[in-house]
Amino acid sequence: MSVGTHAEPNEQSMTRSRPPFGIALMAAGLALYGQASAAPAKAAPADFATLQQQINALRGEYEAKISELEARLKAAEAEVAAAQQDQTLAPVPEANGEIILADTASEPAPAAVMPSQNAMNPGVSVVLNGNYVARSTDPSLARIPGFPMPDDGGPEHRGLSLGESEVTLGANVDPYLSAALTVSFDGSGSASVEEGFIQTTDLPAGLTLKAGRFYSAIGYLNERHGHNWSFIDMPLPYRAFLGGQYGDDGVQVRWLAPTPFFLEAGAEIFRGDRFPGGGADKNRAETQSVFFHTGSDINDNSSWLGALSYIHTVAHDRMTAMDTFSGDNGLGLATLVYKWAPGGNPAQRNLTLSGEYFFDRQSGDFNSLSASLNRTGWYAQGVYQFTNRWSLGLRYGALSGDRPARTLSRSALDDLGRNPRAITGLLEYDTSEFARFRVQFSHDETDLKANDELRFQYTVVYGPHGAHRY
Amino acid sequence: MIKPTLGALAAAFVAAVAGPAAALQVFACEPEWGALAREIGGDKVSVYVATTGVQDPHLIQARPSLISKARTADVTVCTGAELEIGWLPMIVSQSANKKIMPGARGVFQPTDFVHLLETPASLDRSQGDIHAGGNPHIQSDPRNMIPVGKAMADRFAELDPTNAGVYHARYTTFLGNWQAALKRWQAEAAPLRGIPVAVQHRNWIYLETWLGLRRVIALEPKPGVPASSGYLAQVLEVLKKTPVRMIIRAAYEDDRPSTFVGGRAGVPAVMLPYTIGGTDQAKDLYSLYDDTLSRMLKALK
Repeated sequence: MSVGTHAEPNEQSMTRSRPPFGIALMAAGLALYGQASAAPAKAAPADFATLQQQINALRGEYEAKISELEARLKAAEAEVAAAQQDQTLAPVPEANGEIILADTASEPAPAAVMPSQNAMNPGVSVVLNGNYVARSTDPSLARIPGFPMPDDGGPEHRGLSLGESEVTLGANVDPYLSAALTVSFDGSGSASVEEGFIQTTDLPAGLTLKAGRFYSAIGYLNERHGHNWSFIDMPLPYRAFLGGQYGDDGVQVRWLAPTPFFLEAGAEIFRGDRFPGGGADKNRAETQSVFFHTGSDINDNSSWLGALSYIHTVAHDRMTAMDTFSGDNGLGLATLVYKWAPGGNPAQRNLTLSGEYFFDRQSGDFNSLSASLNRTGWYAQGVYQFTNRWSLGLRYGALSGDRPARTLSRSALDDLGRNPRAITGLLEYDTSEFARFRVQFSHDETDLKANDELRFQYTVVYGPHGAHRY
Repeated sequence: MIKPTLGALAAAFVAAVAGPAAALQVFACEPEWGALAREIGGDKVSVYVATTGVQDPHLIQARPSLISKARTADVTVCTGAELEIGWLPMIVSQSANKKIMPGARGVFQPTDFVHLLETPASLDRSQGDIHAGGNPHIQSDPRNMIPVGKAMADRFAELDPTNAGVYHARYTTFLGNWQAALKRWQAEAAPLRGIPVAVQHRNWIYLETWLGLRRVIALEPKPGVPASSGYLAQVLEVLKKTPVRMIIRAAYEDDRPSTFVGGRAGVPAVMLPYTIGGTDQAKDLYSLYDDTLSRMLKALK
């Protein structure tokens, strides 16, 4: 976590675009983190006094353990005493005479003894998915006038394909840190580190620090992996402004306020090599972001989440198709999410409505010609689970581009006076919470020629039971 | 230089929004543990209950409100044995509260203090929604409140030594009242002993053990796997040969499978509160079992 270099006072891009609040949080967080991680290092037996202290500490631990065991013994005795109060009500053996249909009974068995070599293995979970895509236009020629995109941000190939497969290894490292590594394999078999980060678990005052490669916490969907998206693909503005999602190498600090309602603030700095940034090779962190999250329950049935985020990126000779861009990009996102489930019980029926507004300001040199653009975009989507296992979804996304100076007219920055938009419908069937099958239809008017697209997808997740994000 | 300012700011903020607080802030995942925490803690604890009696504790959304409540908790009282695995870890990790992180003393799991039944011999998702540690629905046997209450008093005393005497004294009072209630319930429940029953989901093993019920069949092929109509037809065949006296289900569950089978087989489908708030009558720990027994006894007539 060599973040010291980022704090150099002469690095102007840092101070210009990141509010002092974020710096203060990060500095405070790092200082506190230093204290937390310094504690165990002191345990080196320097002299007899420390040894004595350690022995005392050990003794304390054992005494605590023994008193806990005593408590358990007493509790067990109390249980037996209660059970014996009425002799006529002796327990009937479990699963006595139950008839099991097409099923193997779960007989009580001694807990499996784990080989000690595997006892500390990290949790391993695997995501697999497969796709079928049919579309009316050639995906290799697809583009959105006014919104140059990176090469890997384009639509998927037509026909049958194995989607991106993911393997995640996660565990606590020690009492102070946890870590997770997600390696993803694309259909052709090349592997990449999608996320790989360490995160604090022991900081005081509601602070959490994260370092490594991870998805930025801006917006609502950016932090989610593909298998947690509500639709097969990302909404139009995410694709146009972030090339899908923004994940990069950096440091994040989050602070959860001790308020009776949910209020979280955070800031991030990143290397800055990912779209819409690019070409980072300086000491400084080229990308900075801040985000604020809030939300609460409305009643037993419904709740909401709101967020404001801002991300600033710098590009140095960034290539998109045949064009180069050097300059600054500032993107703001406003997010609103509403969830409904009757009685707060989402198992049978539930509804999620979400929408985000994007405001993007870009200025710099596009193919060495001065360019300054104000662009916006938004999407709104709803997914309704109308009965156990079945959901329907509807999404609408739109972009509003800009017309650059006359020297750049007809270039990739020129929106040609068009307003790109797309509408998407989804039907989903889940065999369990670990597997789903989707069919999705999109009508897309982002390119000069409209595109109709039909997709099928399965996604399965296996391994330890993961907890779900809001 | 920045740290003290931030700390002072945060402290002022806490004081402004939190006001005078009880000694222990308890985050209880389910209503029964919230109620037990109040029995043990009295006015020394402030209890937030994360779910209602009509919510399925397996499937809760990790809502912002839950994260903010977990942020200020001194102790979580959550069933454990993987019952809350789909949502609680997300809330705990987002709460950034070291007091309730895994392994901390602020994590109190009632299932750690009770012998769990139905521990699976093998673990595989093809078995459905099974829990590695055993069946977590321990609150359906009121006798389990005794070891859990004892361990809870000890844990509260450890976390809040100033009030240790209060917690232990309140536990002793509770134990006396509870043993009297157990005696009464066990007398009332005598007619239920040995009766054959069907269950909608296998969340009643501890009730079955307490009352000596004989479970003939479950209305789901595997735990957490909803029954198809074909499976329910097979169940009806079984019930023709091996009749049951009632089909029981929890208040939070879909009523259709048990009313369908009950209607066809001519057997009463009985909705039980499962926890406090599951029915209007189940208002506290005592009335939870009063209502459970009265509903079953009524179905027996």
